[in-house]
Amino acid sequence: MTVAEQRLEQTLPPVRRQAVDWLPYVLLLPTVVFLAVFFVYPMLQAFVLSFRSPEGAITLRYFQAMLKDTYFAGALRNSFLLTAIIIPLQVVLALVIALLINTRFQGHPWFLFICAIPLGISDLGAGLIWSSFFTERGYLNLILQNLGLINEPITFLSFERPAWLYGAIVATEVWRATAIVMVILVAGLQLIPKDYFETADVFGASSWRKLRYVTLPLLRPALQTALIIRTILAFQLFATVIVMAGRIVPVLAGEAYFQYGLLRNVNIASAYAVLIMTLSMTITIFYLWLLRTKEEELGRG
Amino acid sequence: MADIQLERVRKMFGKVLAVADVSLHIKEGEFMVLLGPSGCGKTTLLRCLAGLERVDGGQVIIGGDDVTDHPPGKRGIGMVFQSYAVFPHMTVFDNIAFGLQMQRVSSAEIQRRVGEGAELLQIQQLLARYPAQLSGGQRQRVAVARAIVMRPRVLLMDEPLSNLDALLRLQMRGELKRLHHEVRSTTVYVTHDQVEALSLGDRIAVMKDGTIVQLDIPDRVYDLPATRFVGSFIGSPPMNFLEGTIRSSNGARALETAGVRLEFHGVPARGRDAVLIGIRPEHIAVERVPVAGGIPAGAIPAAVVVVEPIGPQKLLTVQVGPSTLKVTTPVDFAVDQGQRVWLRFDPSRIRLMDPQTGDAIAS
Amino acid sequence: MTTPGRKALLTVLVVLISAWVLFPIILIALASFTTRTQLYAWPRSLVPSPFSAETMRFFVQAQDVLQSLLNSLLVAAMTIVLAVLIGAPAGYALSRFRFGGKEVFRLGILGTKMFPATILAVPLAVSFINWNLYDTLLGVALVHTTLALPFAVVITTSVFVGVPFELEEAAMTLGCSRAQAFRKVAMPIALPGLAAAAIFTFVLSWNEVFAATILTLRNRTLPALVMNAVGLAGAPIDYRFAGGFFMIIPALIIIFVIRRYLLTLWGVTVR
Repeated sequence: MTVAEQRLEQTLPPVRRQAVDWLPYVLLLPTVVFLAVFFVYPMLQAFVLSFRSPEGAITLRYFQAMLKDTYFAGALRNSFLLTAIIIPLQVVLALVIALLINTRFQGHPWFLFICAIPLGISDLGAGLIWSSFFTERGYLNLILQNLGLINEPITFLSFERPAWLYGAIVATEVWRATAIVMVILVAGLQLIPKDYFETADVFGASSWRKLRYVTLPLLRPALQTALIIRTILAFQLFATVIVMAGRIVPVLAGEAYFQYGLLRNVNIASAYAVLIMTLSMTITIFYLWLLRTKEEELGRG
Repeated sequence: MADIQLERVRKMFGKVLAVADVSLHIKEGEFMVLLGPSGCGKTTLLRCLAGLERVDGGQVIIGGDDVTDHPPGKRGIGMVFQSYAVFPHMTVFDNIAFGLQMQRVSSAEIQRRVGEGAELLQIQQLLARYPAQLSGGQRQRVAVARAIVMRPRVLLMDEPLSNLDALLRLQMRGELKRLHHEVRSTTVYVTHDQVEALSLGDRIAVMKDGTIVQLDIPDRVYDLPATRFVGSFIGSPPMNFLEGTIRSSNGARALETAGVRLEFHGVPARGRDAVLIGIRPEHIAVERVPVAGGIPAGAIPAAVVVVEPIGPQKLLTVQVGPSTLKVTTPVDFAVDQGQRVWLRFDPSRIRLMDPQTGDAIAS
Repeated sequence: MTTPGRKALLTVLVVLISAWVLFPIILIALASFTTRTQLYAWPRSLVPSPFSAETMRFFVQAQDVLQSLLNSLLVAAMTIVLAVLIGAPAGYALSRFRFGGKEVFRLGILGTKMFPATILAVPLAVSFINWNLYDTLLGVALVHTTLALPFAVVITTSVFVGVPFELEEAAMTLGCSRAQAFRKVAMPIALPGLAAAAIFTFVLSWNEVFAATILTLRNRTLPALVMNAVGLAGAPIDYRFAGGFFMIIPALIIIFVIRRYLLTLWGVTVR
């Protein structure tokens, strides 16, 4: 025991009791209440809507209806497939951009600004922009025609060309959302102390080895965050697909929209919502497990 | 101006007792220094005095008013923070005027008082500037002016000089002393720098582990430390300590160390045999080998370990038995590492401490 | 060390990527400035001549566009007010106090950020009908606030952490109550950071499509209107082009204006 603690033992019990400071809780209350009403409650409500029959019993009929729906299998497949294609492309591209910016070459703030422009563009806006490229009277056709390669415009975005539809969606999403991953990675790179790189230099490490053994491991937390956010957003992919491909390429969020907006099937739409939520949670946990960083590696403790 | 009474003030952070039932009476117009190492509770005590921490026990009485439950704004205090805490979004003028504006003082009066304060701190030409445009020393003056124009009953300062470089610190120390002479406010000043404490304080309260270990005027804190801790904390280089014994020979009790009998007139009549001898470096005479064919009487042999020329003097680190001592000599004292020297203690400056508790033994 | 070879590679990459980002935007700008008849013409040159605002005018005058533009602005304004009013106190609490449940709250906010919150518009649509909020701008604003709130909290926390508590303490020793100290010292210093939070919230609300589409029928925001026109009615290309260009203009302007704080803003929000 320290001298101070010993002295405490010898003295009288405290005269005054420190009251619990209620101020922080009061300040937090609005946020907690708001999120409880507009976040937690709808979450539970989604489960209720998708599992409860009009008579009040628990039923699986809505989920069964969802599973049997003609568009379901396609939606599930497309959502996964698109995510699986888009995200690796984006991560690599974002990493390249982030590393480029990290070299701090002349004019790199402008480069950062340019690459960050898509941050302000919604998936709807991006979809419209790129559809101007792929559409029948769009710029891809114009360029090909001006180059003398074609005479009549080609309908790229049609039922008969699923690969083109996919490609257009992938191109649009990669163009739009890479910025999201990039900013996270750039911020993460800036957090890595320069000493690590300089030490590697002193030991004569090549650029590739530096990347593999210094940068990437230290970037793991940022990568983890970026992947989680990006993947969850990917499963909510909606406007881009509809603009480009209508319902030819069904996706989960789009189906939720159509079930609700078009077909007025609240319960089935909720079933889709629950599915998306569950998938997102699972994937988050998967990422957290996959990219878990050991405390020692981070040099803490 | 007001006096301050701290009655058994206690402050705990979780299980840690930061201020342990401290009682202190500070007189009107007095410059009281709270001195101690980090973690001794001096800043916490100051903040309890200011009202920035709520005490867990005891009372704070300023000018006869029990302000223990009052917020900082209602205690009649002015405070200067270690980081100055000058508002970056206001001009120097607005900074200084801030407290007066809170009191709804008329703008004519504000102009006058701010002008006075600025003149006192010699920052009149900076009034229109923003803190970002000022140097550290200038910002510190703004902080002091801001507190002073409030005409507080009590002025509190939390290590105001520690963020300044050495030269500036020296200069500002003189300024603060001059200021105190002019304004004569009751001041409580927290520092870990013992030179500041000795220079500025009317009285010094040396703190350790949440209690006041010694409360006295600077001369006495320096010359008659109450404990070994105080002796080794104050003074640069600090007080030396080595083991001593009291031996009776021919019916008289005498003080000895390293086998040498010391000239000392304050040997306690009875009791202990083992003591701790405290002696400051400047009170030790260092002599080279025998003056006139013999070892100087009462001189302790020591081996020189390190020789450091430090400008006006030489600082020697010497070994006496198991103890290491620091002694100072004139610059021209020729000595080398590894040589042997003889030490003689000024008998009127020897201080005895209890080897177990570290408390001073009255002599 | 940058050898000439590496420098060349760097330059090539930078130019390519920049072009790839800017190219589509330039294209849609070109498209928006082409006359309507020319848009349908084939073949035609890449660069429109003459430049004409006809297509854009057509879009703006199309059914409900002006109104939905206004709606989007209103929703964004409401969202900003709500998100900042609700989130800033929480940010302040997180920056200043240590209290039981702090970590739980923090993790909760983090979890909310990583959640597909727009999906919640589906169950909320049902609730809103019961609460008389369906097809109202307020309803959309409430959902947008839910999306923006976690970011508002995180941003304001970091903003207030950057304001030393000692400043408020100094104000208190000079006669302020806690509330006054906050108002006169912490708030003014935090204002730029709060503005950043507001801007982020604006972009978020302006661009949001899914919830806006599901929750509105007649009082549509711009994205909801365009979504409906395109998704269900198959709008013509001049409508699409002009619409797309129109929708991205505000965000482009904003990103340009805040480009210097871009990194701190986004970096902070997602950590």
